[in-house]
Amino acid sequence: MRKLLIWLPLALFLAFVGLFATGLFKPDDRVIHSRLVGQPLPAFTLPAAASDRPALASAQFVTGKPRLLNIFASWCVPCAAEAPQLMALKQAGVEIDAIAIRDARPDVDAFLQRYGNPYARIGLDARSAVQMALGSSGVPETFVIDGKGRIAYQHIGDIRADDVPMILDRLKDAQ
Amino acid sequence: MIAEVGLAALWLAAALALLQLVLAFAGLKGGKPELLGAVRPAAVTQGILTAIAFAALITLFMRSDMSVLLVVTNSHSMKPWLYKFAGTWGNHEGSMLLWVTVMGVAGAAVALFERALKRDAHMATLGGQAAISLGFYAFLLFSSNPFARIAQPPADGQGLNPLLQDPGLAFHPPTLYLGYVGLSVAFSFAIGALLTRQVDAAFARAMRPWVLAAWVLLTLGITAGSYWAYYELGWGGWWFWDPVENASLMPWLAATALLHSVTVLATRDALRAWTIMLAVVAFSMSMVGTFLVRSGILTSVHAFAVDPQRGSFILALLALYIGGALALFGWRIGSVREGAPFELVSRETMLVVNNLLLTVILGLVLIGTLYPLMTEAFGHKVSVGAPYFDRIAGPIALALMVAMAAGPLTRWRKDRAGVVGKRLLVPIAIAFVVSISLSLFAWARIGILPFLGLVIAVAVGVASLAPLWKRKLLRTPLFTYGMVVAHLGCAVSLAGMACDSAFTVEKLVAARPGDMIQTAGWSIRFRQITPIAGDNWTALQADMDAGRGGRSVVIRPQSRFFASPPTTTSEAALLTRWDGQLYVVLGEEVEGGRWQLRIWWKPFVTLIWLGGIMIALGGALALVGRERRGWLMKWRAHNMTTEGVEA
Repeated sequence: MRKLLIWLPLALFLAFVGLFATGLFKPDDRVIHSRLVGQPLPAFTLPAAASDRPALASAQFVTGKPRLLNIFASWCVPCAAEAPQLMALKQAGVEIDAIAIRDARPDVDAFLQRYGNPYARIGLDARSAVQMALGSSGVPETFVIDGKGRIAYQHIGDIRADDVPMILDRLKDAQ
Repeated sequence: MIAEVGLAALWLAAALALLQLVLAFAGLKGGKPELLGAVRPAAVTQGILTAIAFAALITLFMRSDMSVLLVVTNSHSMKPWLYKFAGTWGNHEGSMLLWVTVMGVAGAAVALFERALKRDAHMATLGGQAAISLGFYAFLLFSSNPFARIAQPPADGQGLNPLLQDPGLAFHPPTLYLGYVGLSVAFSFAIGALLTRQVDAAFARAMRPWVLAAWVLLTLGITAGSYWAYYELGWGGWWFWDPVENASLMPWLAATALLHSVTVLATRDALRAWTIMLAVVAFSMSMVGTFLVRSGILTSVHAFAVDPQRGSFILALLALYIGGALALFGWRIGSVREGAPFELVSRETMLVVNNLLLTVILGLVLIGTLYPLMTEAFGHKVSVGAPYFDRIAGPIALALMVAMAAGPLTRWRKDRAGVVGKRLLVPIAIAFVVSISLSLFAWARIGILPFLGLVIAVAVGVASLAPLWKRKLLRTPLFTYGMVVAHLGCAVSLAGMACDSAFTVEKLVAARPGDMIQTAGWSIRFRQITPIAGDNWTALQADMDAGRGGRSVVIRPQSRFFASPPTTTSEAALLTRWDGQLYVVLGEEVEGGRWQLRIWWKPFVTLIWLGGIMIALGGALALVGRERRGWLMKWRAHNMTTEGVEA
């Protein structure tokens, strides 16, 4: 018994070393997984945010074809940086809708004039209500919505050039 | 040139550590005792060399030498001189250099000042110290060289994290490290004692001052860190159970247990194996803490670089040293005789209770800190926060306080429970009165833990003074005063914690300049917001008049913006009164020209840190008391022998 007790600290310590080693060498998962993935879009109807694009409602996502929902704002600098990638996606045949957060119509018009307009419809979310319901905490964010109106993927932050193939894959998977 | 001098000193120190280890080993085991004469000079020189290396790094920071990578990434020529100086250890490489410097200087101190230990145990201890140092030199030189130059020196540096730009940085890390790494001496003592099979009262008496000194500094470092976090982070809390805080608390818990068990070993020659185990555990906790902090394996508010390569280096050191020490323990402790026996009701038993409770708290804090890591190994991410630690460690800490009240009133070897109870009569009566009056006045408002905390704090405060009762105060030894002051400090600190959680009033308002805010008896007039500029920051400052009844005082909470690196920090305004602190934080501007203000009135919160300082002071008194007694005895013995010769 005493013999066992004497070696117990060493045994415990070695178990800790094993634990530390697994913690140290296991690649850390730094991607945030949205809880809303697999859930239907929350119901919303938003007024139009731009003068030359129609308004947006959640029902319009049930089209049988996956679409992107981009959360942006005219006052957001990373959103401007993201614009070329969205244009590239549009040219690849992707349909993109958008929600402008805490914005005003003239500002959105000016933003689209300057950075290009890849969107089919744009809704105005003046008080971030829909953004909150979507579980989005900032701009820009992009959701892949499958043909049945369910969220298939949430991308936090701007879409970089090397993210574009990944987004296309996600759209294909959502089919 | 200075960087090269520092690096050379560091390499030389590492070489000397290797030499010191080889000399001690060859001298003790290789049958060449004449080599032992060089061990102490090697240790002293090593200490001097590490100090030179550290001084070199400080000089580089003070001069803002932008050809050194570490200065570029962590300093800026516009910084005030104090932060250039303290910024030396406000980063990974610098703090590890501080670590080996403390270790080297502590080794030199053991070589110079340790007289009580037998020669072979002394040499084995110095060999142990050299062995530990060697690993950390390797870590510094191979994976964290603080003196690395860069080919293209930039015009200026990237600055120091603004949260660290505070006088607290000049004081908190060095004291904490002195304590943290000072425990390495106890570790080496334990190794030396195991190797030479000398675990006895004389060994304990030799080790005690080193443990005391490290413990005093660790206590001061933790107290300072807690106060710093309290006023700098602007959250009004004084302890967050953050992994890094736990990393400093765990060695403290082990060292506190060690301090008490070493006294049992020194006085009664009991608890031999246990004391050795604690000496190993205390410094092991320092190393585990460093590993947790430096590897980035746990997420923490003390954001240091995540670096698996450095992490695996420290893990290897950890496995080598702690594993080695525990294996040595298992191998050798069987040959250590059991110490002296004692009765169930005795001072020894009370100290064993103290040790057990401290160890249980240590275990629970360790599990809580590592639990996220354990679950992650099985695929879940969880975080363990304050509610766990408060609920689990709180009640045990209260039980510990009760044991602390009874311990000093119990006699060594054998006592009677009834007699101890009688000695505790006054504190128990006081606890009774306090709980009744608290129930009458404030029962509904405060939780059970703060309630018990207040009652126990008052009772233990009284009980801790009891050892002085009916004693001639001038003839009472200094170390008894040390114990009384330290125990009283625990009660004072507990009272502060309980008051803070029981009676703090918090108010969150959005106020316009000109508004008057009333809270907890204070009237605060928010006069205006003015922009101001400091050395390397600009700030928005709120001017307020705070008063209660009489004359009002101007307080100025700020929201500071630092340009390099771009960060905003909040500088809380603190108004200290004898019965508490007013704590005001300026938040962001909200709509309509109103500003978020967070105001706390924290009754008697300052007692927390006053208690911490008293605990450290008690330790210092005990240290001086014990050492002075040793000197006096030596001096008398010396006089007697010389008189004998003359006669």
